[in-house]
Amino acid sequence: MSNDGGAVVPGREEAGYDASTAPSGGFRKGAFGVSGSGDTSGFGGLVRVEPGGAVALHSTERPYGGYFDEVTDALIEAVGEATYAAAVSRVLVDRGEITYFVAREHLLTLVQALRDDEALRFELCSSVSGVDYLDSGGPAVDPGRPRLHVVYHLTSMTYRRRVRLEVAVTAEDPHVPSVTGIYPTADWHERETWDMFGIVFDGHPALTRILMPDDWDGFPQRKDYPLGGIPVEYHDATIPPPDTRRAYR
Amino acid sequence: MSTTYNPNDPYAGSRETTEGRVYTVTGGDWDLTLGADPHGEERLVVNMGPQHPSTHGVLRLVLDLEGETVTKARVVIGYLHTGIEKNTEYRNWVQGTTFVTRMDYLAPLFNEAGYCMAVEKLLGVQIPQRAATIRVLVMELNRIASHLVALATFGMEMGALTGMTNGFREREMVLDLLEEITGLRMNHAYIRPGGLAQDLPEGAVEHIREFLEVMPKRVADFHRLLTGQPIWQNRLKDAGYLDLTGCVALGVTGPILRATGLAWDLRKVEPYLGYETYDFEVPTADTCDAWGRYLVRMAEVNESLKLIAQALDRLEPGPVMVEDKKIAWPAQLSLGPDGMGNSLDHVRHIMGQSMEALIHHFKLVTEGFRVPAGQVYVPIESPRGELGYHVVSDGSTRPWRVHVRDPSFVNLQATAVMSEGGMIADVIAAIASIDPVMGGVDR
Repeated sequence: MSNDGGAVVPGREEAGYDASTAPSGGFRKGAFGVSGSGDTSGFGGLVRVEPGGAVALHSTERPYGGYFDEVTDALIEAVGEATYAAAVSRVLVDRGEITYFVAREHLLTLVQALRDDEALRFELCSSVSGVDYLDSGGPAVDPGRPRLHVVYHLTSMTYRRRVRLEVAVTAEDPHVPSVTGIYPTADWHERETWDMFGIVFDGHPALTRILMPDDWDGFPQRKDYPLGGIPVEYHDATIPPPDTRRAYR
Repeated sequence: MSTTYNPNDPYAGSRETTEGRVYTVTGGDWDLTLGADPHGEERLVVNMGPQHPSTHGVLRLVLDLEGETVTKARVVIGYLHTGIEKNTEYRNWVQGTTFVTRMDYLAPLFNEAGYCMAVEKLLGVQIPQRAATIRVLVMELNRIASHLVALATFGMEMGALTGMTNGFREREMVLDLLEEITGLRMNHAYIRPGGLAQDLPEGAVEHIREFLEVMPKRVADFHRLLTGQPIWQNRLKDAGYLDLTGCVALGVTGPILRATGLAWDLRKVEPYLGYETYDFEVPTADTCDAWGRYLVRMAEVNESLKLIAQALDRLEPGPVMVEDKKIAWPAQLSLGPDGMGNSLDHVRHIMGQSMEALIHHFKLVTEGFRVPAGQVYVPIESPRGELGYHVVSDGSTRPWRVHVRDPSFVNLQATAVMSEGGMIADVIAAIASIDPVMGGVDR
């Protein structure tokens, strides 16, 4: 194991990991994850090039392999080539899963086709959730990019297939059309995503907080929302809360 | 002296006295204040929960009643929200196991398995055969325990208290086995990314075989106690009706979906951990009601027993953790004089023999391992339906995001559809048949 703690990424060889298709990376400062902790080891000044950020910015070239080509062709046929080109900015095939990056204006058209078209039949909306990509990937990534992503996992029970749709919005304009009219199950999923990430689902019948109290301020699962916690004293030692604890990164 | 109703002050009449103004609250002005109800409806709003023994945990229901008929059912959740998803972002990948196991606390091993399979998919590693077989083994034991609690609480909520005591008694046998295997009755943290925390202890296989001898008799007892009983049947039949279309629209999976006649079980339709090589059936019912869900759960206990027997038969000696020393936890656990901990051999090795091994142990335990960037969604069949783990990595030693599609959370949405238009007593049957676990709903 290397001692710089950053260069070796275990498991990549097994995954058939190819650095040329790796998502764009960034820089990480320090070795301990937090700053201002009085670290005098010198490792706090380390600047390391990271192999990848959380957002993959490349697009997979066709053929995608597996059933993905069939699904994509059926989708293009269902919504029309022009709409598809306008709606889907990128397609990513990774680890046997396909992700369509969708513009929010066309989300409902796509979802309706995915559910109703005979060759697609994604009857079940397994999950809707959010991911906040704030600061992921460091300065190499455009700071003005949309940081809040809504992720839809759709399942075709007829064909036993799964696809993922991803819609990205900025924190300043976090509006996404609600899919509750197409998948009623998205009701609570969207409420939870609003509750945790502050993403507004336009057209949702009752977009209220679901897990947090009604009068809560802020959106807890955004990356700029602190984890919170209080220092714990035990046997004369004080343990700081987890997000301010010195930890190797 | 009488006070009169004053339309400008509808809440209390008042009069001047030498001591100042005195208000008199008389009551009986309900109709005057609100206006007489033209239809003579008896609309009553009942708040049930969050601490009500029949709501299956800290679940709150707001029921609009007309007489005994429920006209509107609203579900309020969030009382058990613990921020587990957020917490995992501040711990390394291995520590995540200890968090997710506390979500759906009746199916902890499913949470661990789902999470670890997601991490392994991100890493691109293949776990050893023995680890996969033991995972199937402990998950099916866990499924029995979970279904027994479902049946026990079902009985309790329907007033069949012997069902409750029997269910919890039988579950205790499973928990004893899980305690023997993992060291803990619940919240095991036994399944780890890359394999298992430890191998099966000596004697565990024999004890599981003894359990396999006993359990079928106990299932038969359950059938004798409840299934043929007319009161039980009358309470459950036609209660909480939800058909296939409703299930799919509301995303409902698990025994509720299978009680509509669709044999949708991820162990069969999207097999993982080698489930396609096991011989088992997917029980279904076609009644779409609480009765069908009860029968499906009972039948699934028997199927799980079959799976456990097969898993025991195919246990071959071998490692239970991946070979890759940069992922595998350096020590196996073992039971020492002061309880469960790192095995003494390992401690002796790193403290007395090899400094490199000590450095390696230190690095892996404090820093953890890195997981290549990307995202995966891994669904598995938990006792309550599709348990999905959406895990995102940015290439660091901690998860960027862990989202859990918990089946209880999704299935609970069906409460309104199942209860509205029915009797208030059937609300209890409907919720009991959904079998929500609030730890999983609120996370």
